Amino acid sequence: MLAYIVRRFLYAFPILIGVNLITFALFFVVNTPDDMARMQLGVKRVTPEAIERWKAERGYDKPLMLNSDASGTKVLTDTIFFEKSARMFVGDFGRAEDGRDIAHEIGKRMGPSLAIALPTFILGLFITVSFALTLAFFRATAFDFWGVVLCVAAMSISGLFYIIGGQYLISKVWRLVPISGFGDGLEAWRFLILPVLIGVVSGIGSSTRWYRTIFLEEVNKDYVRTARAKGLPETLVFFRHILRNALIPILTGVVVVIPLLFMGSLLTESFFGIPGLGSYTIDAINAQDFAVVRSMVFIGSVLYIVGLILTDISYTVVDPRIRFE
Amino acid sequence: MMPFQIVVLWSDMLVWLLVAAGVGLGVLIARNPPLRAAWRRVGANRVGMAAATVLLTFVLVGLLDSLHYHLRMEGKPGQPATYAIEVLSVLDALATPLRSRNEKTYSEPFATRLYAKESIDLPGGGTTRDYPRLKHGGKHLGDDEGAVVEDAGFTAFRAAAIAFVGWLGLVAAAGALVGRQPGDAALSGLQRIWRGETDFAWNAVLATLAAILLVVVPLFWLAGSYHVFGTDKVGQSVLYQVLKSVRTGLIIGLVTTLVMLPMAVLLGIVAGYFRGWVDDLIQYIYTVLNSIPGVLLIAAAVLMMQVVIDTHPQWFSTAAERADLRLLALCFILGITSWTGLCRLLRGETLKLRELEYIQAAQAFGVSNGRIIVRHILPNLMHIVIIALVMDFSGLVLAEAVLSYVGIGVDPTMTSFGTMINNARMELGREPVVWWSLAAAFSAMFILVLAANLFADAVRDAFDPRAA
Amino acid sequence: MLKIENLRLGFAAGKQTLAAVDGISFDIAKGETFALLGESGCGKSATAQGIMRLLPAAGRILGGSVRLADEDLLHLPEAAMRARRGGRMAMIFQEPATSLNPVLTVGRQIGEVLERHLGLIGVPARERMLELLRLVGIADPERRLDEYPFQLSGGMKQRVMIAIALAGDPELLIADEPTTALDVTVQAQILDLLARLQAERGMGMLLITHDLGVVARMAHRIGVMYAGELVELASREAFFSRPRHPYTQALFAALPEVSRRGLKLTTIPGQVPSLSVMPNGCRFAERCSHVMPQCPTVSPPWRELAAAHSVRCHWDGEALAEGMARHSVTELDIEPARPFLEVAGLKVHFPIRRGLLQRTVGHVRAVDGVSLSISAGRTLALVGESGCGKTTVGKGLLQLLKPTAGSVKVGQRELVGMRAKRLRAARRHMQMVFQDPFASLNPRMRVGEIIAEGMSALAPDTSSQARNEAVLTLLRQVGLPDEALGRYPHEFSGGQRQRIAIARALAVQPELLICDEPTSALDVSVQAQILNLLKKLQEELGVAYLFITHNFAVVEYLAHDVAVMYLGRIVEQGRAEEVLRSPQHPYTQALLSAVPVPRLDGATAVIRLAGETPSPANPPSGCHFHPRCPQAMDVCRQRYPETSDVSATHFVHCHLRA
Repeated sequence: MLAYIVRRFLYAFPILIGVNLITFALFFVVNTPDDMARMQLGVKRVTPEAIERWKAERGYDKPLMLNSDASGTKVLTDTIFFEKSARMFVGDFGRAEDGRDIAHEIGKRMGPSLAIALPTFILGLFITVSFALTLAFFRATAFDFWGVVLCVAAMSISGLFYIIGGQYLISKVWRLVPISGFGDGLEAWRFLILPVLIGVVSGIGSSTRWYRTIFLEEVNKDYVRTARAKGLPETLVFFRHILRNALIPILTGVVVVIPLLFMGSLLTESFFGIPGLGSYTIDAINAQDFAVVRSMVFIGSVLYIVGLILTDISYTVVDPRIRFE
Repeated sequence: MMPFQIVVLWSDMLVWLLVAAGVGLGVLIARNPPLRAAWRRVGANRVGMAAATVLLTFVLVGLLDSLHYHLRMEGKPGQPATYAIEVLSVLDALATPLRSRNEKTYSEPFATRLYAKESIDLPGGGTTRDYPRLKHGGKHLGDDEGAVVEDAGFTAFRAAAIAFVGWLGLVAAAGALVGRQPGDAALSGLQRIWRGETDFAWNAVLATLAAILLVVVPLFWLAGSYHVFGTDKVGQSVLYQVLKSVRTGLIIGLVTTLVMLPMAVLLGIVAGYFRGWVDDLIQYIYTVLNSIPGVLLIAAAVLMMQVVIDTHPQWFSTAAERADLRLLALCFILGITSWTGLCRLLRGETLKLRELEYIQAAQAFGVSNGRIIVRHILPNLMHIVIIALVMDFSGLVLAEAVLSYVGIGVDPTMTSFGTMINNARMELGREPVVWWSLAAAFSAMFILVLAANLFADAVRDAFDPRAA
Repeated sequence: MLKIENLRLGFAAGKQTLAAVDGISFDIAKGETFALLGESGCGKSATAQGIMRLLPAAGRILGGSVRLADEDLLHLPEAAMRARRGGRMAMIFQEPATSLNPVLTVGRQIGEVLERHLGLIGVPARERMLELLRLVGIADPERRLDEYPFQLSGGMKQRVMIAIALAGDPELLIADEPTTALDVTVQAQILDLLARLQAERGMGMLLITHDLGVVARMAHRIGVMYAGELVELASREAFFSRPRHPYTQALFAALPEVSRRGLKLTTIPGQVPSLSVMPNGCRFAERCSHVMPQCPTVSPPWRELAAAHSVRCHWDGEALAEGMARHSVTELDIEPARPFLEVAGLKVHFPIRRGLLQRTVGHVRAVDGVSLSISAGRTLALVGESGCGKTTVGKGLLQLLKPTAGSVKVGQRELVGMRAKRLRAARRHMQMVFQDPFASLNPRMRVGEIIAEGMSALAPDTSSQARNEAVLTLLRQVGLPDEALGRYPHEFSGGQRQRIAIARALAVQPELLICDEPTSALDVSVQAQILNLLKKLQEELGVAYLFITHNFAVVEYLAHDVAVMYLGRIVEQGRAEEVLRSPQHPYTQALLSAVPVPRLDGATAVIRLAGETPSPANPPSGCHFHPRCPQAMDVCRQRYPETSDVSATHFVHCHLRA
């Protein structure tokens, strides 16, 4: 089992290198630093000197992959690739357009992001799994039918509608909680309750339907028939037999997103003015701050890969077949 | 000389290519009994067929909006013809009243006056601040502004009555068609439809058509004299914007899948069938792509695309062309970031298929690998591809709205549900609230996505061997 | 004890409900084994599930009564029924592999029943579990209790299922094809176990099976089901000595066995009517050889023939006139000519990868040095239990799997290591018929295209008209109508599909046909049709067969030569008469004696093998068979035995014969 997990860890490195190369290609090969400079400076201020200065300020004036003017290891290290891409492996993301250190900014913003994303995730998971289990329990009844209808309708509604509608109704018409913003300490809950609620509600439709399908797939398995033939009550059949087995496919989809919770949600954070990583990304996109977007892509991938490893580890907990192989 | 010149945008080409592919696929399906049987199951599904009817209505709007031209300018005779910069579509021509009768700024649905107060010159000199009368909305009422409800109600009723008569004609036609098919001789075609004893869910289709006609005909009838969905900030009819958004949504939903399909199918099958290092490589590629969170990858790619577009203005002769190319680029980016799921699915299925005995029998005959893939593996994966195609559609339409909001969607000048929502959402803070733009965009999107989801379910039920 | 009256069960299909079980009545006394016999789709499993009220979602109980010790089960509230299930009545299922919950330990799964029905938890429960595992013959029960199902072999899983069933001390045990998924030697163990437990505990047992041999071994009384109805009820003696219903008689006549070698087997024409078009009269009338005018319209009433023997049939004759429709189909004594196929030292190994770098740490020796030869027009049966590598041999011969070592010569050409292009041409000489008629035909291709595929691959320049002609000829040869050409596989039954598969293989006129268990997925009556067809084709075309099977009855009936495989090696080989009459290897002897014989006097002294086939990844040292061999000696543990000749054509790998 240890070898299995170690192998999974080792497998992560080539993938991260791949991600790094892709982002490098996207940001520095598809467009040259000159293009970016022109774009950032705006049409009016573009002069060759301005471009050169812009590049020099950000360290984009070096060669891409190989520095033929340098000697020794500098051939490789004194390049854009090494300075801007390879150094992300050690957590050095450089500076944003506003001159702040990106790594520091990220560290500061993870907290608020997590404050929204974690409750949303836990509450949402609990509600959708329970709802799906209830639907599967009452399968082929009117309750199940209308439950599924509700799910399909709910998943046909745009996520934007949940946010805009929720904000309008709860904050503006009923004035129950502030419309947006973020506070520290205990004050924070007033700001958190609405985005969490909306996050949970907007996910109910599709997740419930997905979990229900998984449960129904298990319901028809032979071992369930065996459990019934033992005379076990239906609730026990569901909670002891079906839930345990359905956990395996559910874990695949769920565990992998846990690390990504650090990244926050783009939409929720920007609508509710929460100073997390999601709104940081959005602001960077709107300001066309390439350094920040590049860093977020890399961090996102790292977190995703951590999620993959966590998924593999969680398998060994729920699936004895993997634990003992 | 023709008074217009046909313009073929890249996206138009793809749209019509899709239509051609759809027709071709239809012919292929008609020749292949197992596939035909599956589609017949879709046809028997009432909910699915009702959804399909709604979808077809949307597609019709989208297709009308995909025939573009520009008008010839009035010029001196003898000189080479010059054409207007503005690119129009057949839909624009049909909706000329909607398109051309713009107000100054916001106005509520069925309003006769503008949303914002303005200084109005009084006939006798001097000014007053009041809600000015609309230029077009409810003009025929003259001073009798209070009669909006009666007038609109009466017009709607008259239009509905006409729509109903038209619908009866459709019902009669369907009845005659069903009556000619073999079946219970004692029952006429109409009776069979009414009792739901037809192979094809005629009753669902006709009921949906009734609903569509009874809503759409009065709506457009009224649209001649009112702004039925109100007007937006620059006074443009919201109904017109909704109509224009349909095409954008459809293109995002369909072209994206079209882009990723060949890659996903090819790589998935190759990885699953040949295994070994090819499989390792393909798995590596999709794991890498998959590990970059989708929105971020799209954001990065769209940002880069913007740079390319902005630094090469010489590539585009018109704004429409630029917006169009940006739309296609978005489709490509969405396609490239979303093929991995289907690819993995197909790889897994191919792995299972290649161990099946009929594949081994073919190998025992020395049938070449290419032939085995084309004749044995591909046809047995078709149902997965079809299910994926219809399932992805609704997700993509929803994604467009979010991406456009985030600023990495379609060109801001292009009308889409996303840009409509994005433009209108700031106005929710106003008092009284400007709600109609949002409501119209969300409702239209909801109907489109719901229909797509329901249709996707019907298709999945019919094609999934486990469900059968 | 159990009394079933006029039980009717149906399945909802769209708006209607189709009756799958239509008014059956029987009863089971305490300590009695009642066998419900029938071919697939006759409603016997539905009956079992109906008694337990465990029908699948679409299932409906339409009427009748099920009484367990005077308590009407069908009208109990669900909660009360749950107290009976697993308590007074228990059930074991066909597939031990899927019937146990994969993520719960064995102990947990047995413990559930103890807790539910006996209120046992904690230490006493554990004691009881250990006792139960010992009872069902599981060695080292302390360890097994904390293991998961995937760590157990197939036979052990079924033993655990039996332990679960016994945990509630049931009065009635329902066993639904309990040994169908198991090997013969394991089947013998499980049947012994069931018979012993039943006798010890005086349980009533409802045994559902399609295997006449199992019936002869286990049953006290037998009910024969056909198309949802019982057609004959008889005691064991009456059933085997004087079967009265034409269907029962046909089932017996369709069995391949050694006394019928060279004769055509009796088959039942047509197929079981589908649920939606059940005939009004006798449901067997269409296929019956004694059909009378009233049969198709009047459903026959029960007739009491003797004490405990009744039959539902209008016909009052005695037995089927034996041998009427039979005539010799093949000459069995053709002399072996020069071998057409020669295999020497064939090895197929699969690497096992483990550890950090996925290095190869060992090999699964699926086939580990097999040598055999087949001459034209003869049939070599390759016999062995599952996992012995017999299918791998077939695929290795065809080069569908790349052999690790050894040589495969067809004619004089060596196939191993042949270039892909030349191999393609060489494949014409050998073809394969697969086990599963449902997986071996592409569902998206027409029958005509399926059959023509080989021709177009191997002779691409044939005109399409000539090809069409050839396909039609083949269809007629395998007994299918011409219009089958344009239809799709799903429109055909299992037997018909197997005919299509045979036609496809014959399309390239091979000299050798490798048949991989071609009848194991088929019912007895359909199996007889396919065996007859294979014999006819051999006579007409002179094609040789390599017949891979685990079914000795088929071997006895069909084969000229027999090779017995164990763990990737051939342990005994010779003429069929020699190997079957005087088997020399202890494994062959045990295998032969474990086959349940469908006769009253079937239960002769049986050699019981302990345990199950070990994994080919880690075969035992010395003779692979020694851990299970009742006659193992010291030398067996050290050395793999050399070939010992018994006669010119019969040899064996065993130290006993050295």
